[in-house]
Order: sequence, then structure tokens, then C-alpha cells
Amino acid sequence: MATEIEQAIAAGILGGGIYALMAAGLTLIFGVLDIINVAQGIFVVLGAYLSYVLSVHLHLDLLVGLLITVPAMFVIGVVIYWLFIRPLRGAERTSMTLLACFAVALIIEGVLYKEFGSNYVSLSAWYTTSSVHLLGFYLPDIYLIGFGLAVAAMAALYLILYRTTFGRAVRATMQNQVAARLIGIDVNRVSAVTFGIGTAVTAIGGMVYGAISGGFTPNSGYDLISRLLAIVILAGMGSIGGALVTAVLMTTAEALVDIWQPDWSVAVFYLALVIILTVRPQGLFGRRAARAQ
Amino acid sequence: MTAGQAKSIRAGTGPADQLRERWLAPCGLAVLLVFVAVFPLLFPNPTATNFGVVTLIFVAVAAAWNIFSGFSGYLSLGHAVFYGTGAYFLVVAARDWNLTGAAVFWLVPLGGVAAAIIAVPLGLVALRVRRHTFVVITIAFFFIAQLSASNLGITGGSSGLLVPVPTSWNPATYNNPFYYLAMLLAAATVALSWLVRRSRFGLQLRAIRDDEDRAAGLGVRAMPVKLTALVVSGFITGMAGALWVYFIGEAFPQFVFDPLFDLAVVLMAFFGGLGTVAGPVRGALVLEPTQLYLNLQQANGYESEILFGVLFLAVILFLPRGVLPTAAEYVTAARARLRRGGWPGRTGASQAQAPPPAADNPAGTPAAGSAP
Repeated sequence: MATEIEQAIAAGILGGGIYALMAAGLTLIFGVLDIINVAQGIFVVLGAYLSYVLSVHLHLDLLVGLLITVPAMFVIGVVIYWLFIRPLRGAERTSMTLLACFAVALIIEGVLYKEFGSNYVSLSAWYTTSSVHLLGFYLPDIYLIGFGLAVAAMAALYLILYRTTFGRAVRATMQNQVAARLIGIDVNRVSAVTFGIGTAVTAIGGMVYGAISGGFTPNSGYDLISRLLAIVILAGMGSIGGALVTAVLMTTAEALVDIWQPDWSVAVFYLALVIILTVRPQGLFGRRAARAQ
Repeated sequence: MTAGQAKSIRAGTGPADQLRERWLAPCGLAVLLVFVAVFPLLFPNPTATNFGVVTLIFVAVAAAWNIFSGFSGYLSLGHAVFYGTGAYFLVVAARDWNLTGAAVFWLVPLGGVAAAIIAVPLGLVALRVRRHTFVVITIAFFFIAQLSASNLGITGGSSGLLVPVPTSWNPATYNNPFYYLAMLLAAATVALSWLVRRSRFGLQLRAIRDDEDRAAGLGVRAMPVKLTALVVSGFITGMAGALWVYFIGEAFPQFVFDPLFDLAVVLMAFFGGLGTVAGPVRGALVLEPTQLYLNLQQANGYESEILFGVLFLAVILFLPRGVLPTAAEYVTAARARLRRGGWPGRTGASQAQAPPPAADNPAGTPAAGSAP
């Protein structure tokens, strides 16, 4: 029988997988487009509501529903990029795109409130309440499924980035946008697709979040984005591998603190953020160049 | 009004432009001040003075935000931390020191001091990083503050705290003390931002905004300059928060630390023109009454939220230098076209009868019509 602490560590690692996936999307968008997508949190909530609609009104299984919500979120991401992010240029682009993302988040939040109200809803299926007994641990099925989905999605992401021509174009754009343009890469197209991919992962994140969080409202986006931002900054902006490690570390730390201080456990994220940044402003896995203005 | 100076250089400095620069802008300002001062006498209706108090508080906050973010280029999305600190200081101190009535107003500057004290460690941590990372850290600080307010015993947690409202005051003139204090705060903040803008300190801030490394190379001690601006900005924002919470009469973590507050302030500055003295004032004077009116019209918060987001996107996408400055440029360009292609005999006349300037009229009357 596992102790409470071991149980918390197991839950932290499994839950960390899904945060790692959402944070990977965020940091990928940052790496390629040099923008902080503060709408990532509300995208997750939107993905959760899409799953909710499919499962309540069309009686689709949550996992089957992903076949619809992932492409849907991809399209939403591309459209948002094309309409609101792409036109922003010039010296103030950094802050402008951040504010534009914030405005998009606000609009989505308002629309969700209008459609679904402020009552808590949660996603349910037969596997959201059951659990397996493994090596002395009680592991909820949905945590295992979520972790599996996150690993699969990140493997797919890795294959896209490192084994395809498109992935090479993405990495070239991350390294040097001007040079990428010069060798004939359609940077606009790469950026749009990257934004779409970064958004599409939130469909998976939203489905799992909606099932494990015990209820969500349109307001949940703020809680999510603050954690995700803490993870990507801690890891160092643009470092995908760093985001994965940091996400698992942080959710595990949160799960441990949660045992004796449930009200303050989320503060672990911010506290770590403040401490790390005073010591190492570029983040744990960040390169120094990322700091240059 | 240096933004106006820049514009008059672009448009050519005829005698009419000089006249405008010297006399019309101060006159417009004086008219606005007189109007603001007699507003409660003209519209004694409590709804109108309610609007007035909150709008003036936001004028002060937007101008204070601009002193730091507009001049230094460090975009803060965490000013609600200072606002909330001032607010909670007033509520808790009034409760613990048993203050009621007019005596509570003495806590307003102390609330500002509390916020300024908070600003020092926040600045020391956050100002070590730049650009996106800075923005994100300010957001993180905001969430820490909100979380603390919900969980600490001293703030009453999520059940909130009530401020003892002065019941003995005459309901007809109840809003007036708040109104005139808010007016004083707003006017002092705008005056301060005008002084900062003209000073060596303001120049250093703008040098940091344009290129921090180069500014440091030229001898600007960046960290103390940035930190001073943040502390001053936090001090004013804290006072505004303290005054606001006494006016509202209650403090709940989700309203005192409100993410929409941060966005509203940023939108005001962008709307009117970032980094100018008059910009945030114009933005606050136009946007805050609009938002209050929308809230009054619709019981549902989400519709004004959607509208707010759409407005924000429209400003960022189409008029990134601000609605009012861009509109003013159209006016100037149209006038220049008229002058160039116009009739030689009438050029002088059209200059002499130049319409009142849009750029420096704080009320923004000619430009407001062209806002989307």
C-alpha cells in the first residue's frame, strides 16, 4: 500500500503530463511566433465545453469526441491567428499581440458565459470515476488515459517537428525568421499552422481537464493560464523539453503541498517562479539570448 | 502637451499652430477643469455623480499606469495588485482602528504608501526581466495577490469585508466628498505625469523604452529609474484603490483584484494614446462612462465583456497608436491637403480660421465622432 506522499507523487506525475502538453503548445507558439498566447487558458476551457456539448447532446464518448474537437480547435486557432495576430506588425508587436490574445480570451469567455452560464459542469464517462489498483497505488483511470493521450500527442508533436519538412520549416522559423523567409519558407503559413497546432492540443487538454478538475466554468481559464504561464516561464520561454520537465515537477510539488495546505497549493507555482527568476532570469532551461530586447 | 508639439511640427508651424499651442490647449484644459469642478452642481443626480467618481478614479489610475508603463515601455498587467493593496489597507485599517466617517479618508494616502511598499519587492524581482517575461510576471503577481486575498484571515477571505458606510451623511450630497477627492487625485496625477514627461527623469524613462541597453550605456541607471517610476505609479494606484473601496463600501477578493481592471486601464491608455500625458485621460474619460453605462443597461456582465473585448481588438488592429491620436492625424492630413491643393487666395484665411485642434483638446470632441 502506497503512502499518502507516494500517492500524491503518482497523481502529480500523471496530472503533470496533461499540463506538459498544454504548456508545450504555449511554448511552441512562443518559439515560432514570438508571442505569448494568454488565451491558451480559455482555449482549454473552450475545448472542454466542446467535449461537453458533444457528450451531452450527441452522446459521443469523450475519446471519440476528440476526433472532432481536435480539428475544430486547430481551425479556430488558425482563424484567430489569421484575423487578429497576423496583421500586427511593427515595434510594439510584442505587447500588441499579447493584448490581442487577451481580448480574444475575453470575448471567448463572454460567449461561453452567454451559452453555458456560470454553473460548474464536468465531463463524465465510465472511465472518469473508476480506478485501477496498480503496485499498491490507486490510480484513477482518467489520469492514466490523460497521461497516455498527452504522451501520444507529444510523440506526434515530436515526429512533426523533427521528422517532416514542415517541422524543419518550423524549427528554421524558430531560429531566425528573416533567414527562413530568405530561403523560401512561407513564414505566414508556418506561423498559422503552428498556432493551430498549439491550439489543437488544448482540445485534448480541455477534455482531460474537464474530467479531472471536478467541474469547470468559463472563469476557469484564469486559473489555467496562470499555471501554464508559470510553467513556461520557469522552464525558459521557447524550450519545449524544459516545459515538459517543469510541468511534471510543478504539478508534483503542488500535489505534495496539497496534502497539508490545500488552500495554498497553487501558490507553489508562483513562489517557484519568483525564486527562480531572482536567481536565473532566463528560466531553468532557457538560453540567455532569450532575454535580449 | 509635447505630443501636440510634435504634431504641430509635422503640420508646419504657422502662427495659427503657435496660437493653438500657446493658448487653445491651456484654455481647453481650463474649460475641462471648470466643467469637472462644477459637474456635481450641474448634475446632482446620484447616478451621475456615481459615474463621475468612478471615472475620475480611473483617470487617476490610467495616468498613473502611464507614468510607469507608457513612459518606460514595461507593460504592466498587474496594477490591480496596487489597487487592491490600497483598498484592503483602508478596509482593514478602518476596522482595526475603529475609524468612521470622514476620518477614514486619512487612510487613503496611507493605502498609497502600503501599495508603494509592496511595489518595491515586486519591482526588484519583475524588473530584472524584460518584454514578454515582464508582462507575464506581473500577471503572476496579480494571481498571487488574488489568491492571498482569498485565503488570508486578515482580508476576511472569499466572504469579503464591509466598510462602515457613513450613514449620517446627507444622501443628496453623499457622493460629493468622494467626487472632489477623486478629482484632486486625478488632477494631481495628471500634473505629475506632465512634470515627469518634461523632466530629466521622464527622458531617462523614455530612453529605457526605446533601447534599454543603449540607455544604460549612456549612463542611465536603469534599475533605480524603472523602480522609482513603478513605486510612484503604485503609490497613486493604491490611493485610488483605497478611495474606490470606501466609495463602494465592500471588498471581495474577486472584485478588488479583478483581471478586467488591468485590461481596462491598459485599454484606456492605448485608446487615448500610449506614452502621452493627455492620452490616458482621454481614454478614461471616454471609456469608463461607456462601460458604466453598459453595465447599467445590461444586468448580464458577459455582454459588456464581449463588447469590451471587441473594442479592444478593434483598437489594437486598426488604430494601434490610439483612436484619438489617429483621428487627429486624419484631420491634420485633410487640412494639409486642403492647404496644398486649395485656392491661393484662401490659404491664409483657412489657416486663421483653423478649427479647434483635435490633438490637444482633452475632451476630444471633434475626434470622438470618428471612433469606431
